[in-house]
Amino acid sequence: MPRASVLPQQMERPEVADDIRVEKPWITIVWNDPINLMSYVAFIFQKLFGHSREKAHKLMLDVHHKGRAVVSSGSREQMEHDVARLHAHGLWATLQQD
Amino acid sequence: MPHRFRRTRHGLEIKLSRPEALMLRQLAEDLVRLLESDSPPAPVDPLEALVGMSLTPTPRPVDPVLARLLPDGYTDDDQAAADFRRYTEPELRSAKRAALRSVATTLSREGGRTVLDDATAQVWLTAINDLRLAMGTRLGVTEELYDDLQRMAPDDPRLPHLNVYEWLGGLEESLVQALAGW
Repeated sequence: MPRASVLPQQMERPEVADDIRVEKPWITIVWNDPINLMSYVAFIFQKLFGHSREKAHKLMLDVHHKGRAVVSSGSREQMEHDVARLHAHGLWATLQQD
Repeated sequence: MPHRFRRTRHGLEIKLSRPEALMLRQLAEDLVRLLESDSPPAPVDPLEALVGMSLTPTPRPVDPVLARLLPDGYTDDDQAAADFRRYTEPELRSAKRAALRSVATTLSREGGRTVLDDATAQVWLTAINDLRLAMGTRLGVTEELYDDLQRMAPDDPRLPHLNVYEWLGGLEESLVQALAGW
């Protein structure tokens, strides 16, 4: 977002921290819930993200044991798309900036 | 022996008794009705009608089952969560209703054998999962369900519902296995 007015001093010395924050990718998180079947969650990861059975199973166990897991990362638009697809399959998913 | 999905050369086959088929249909129809309720009002503004979505914020559903089926997309940004809901919730609701209706209409009315192709079976899986989510949320199911069941008195009013919930779980598990070929 451009600022309304920028001091010349600030233009000469760009805020490095700001630049890094802009670059930060967005992530999709799936949260553990007590209802969804473990096999179902793994199957949906396989179906939506094209993971192997082993990778999908490991990701599901991450969600189950740690309470949450990052399942994808990228642009905000891509993550909103992933969250919408996960919601369509009954998984509890959110997105945020990493 | 409970009834389960299995893959045959004709497709994914399920044999249900008449009471099971009636119950599954009833659960699906009930959830369709719930998903129709508490909906944001239909767009009346010409621009809203044109873009097919509401331009006013869509509140998070009050009903816990709807809140679970239609969750927030953001946890740390209320405005972004409201915007995300406004864009995605109408389609999410209608997809879930369509899947549940597919179960209610494809299901053999008298029970007996129903055979699904893979695409329809995927739709059924989504619908059965939503039925479990709805029931589990309503019953307050936790990870300790099996311990809770052990401690429950035989006349606990939740018991018949939990039995249906367990039955749905078995049905869904067999559908995942049959679809995935695991």
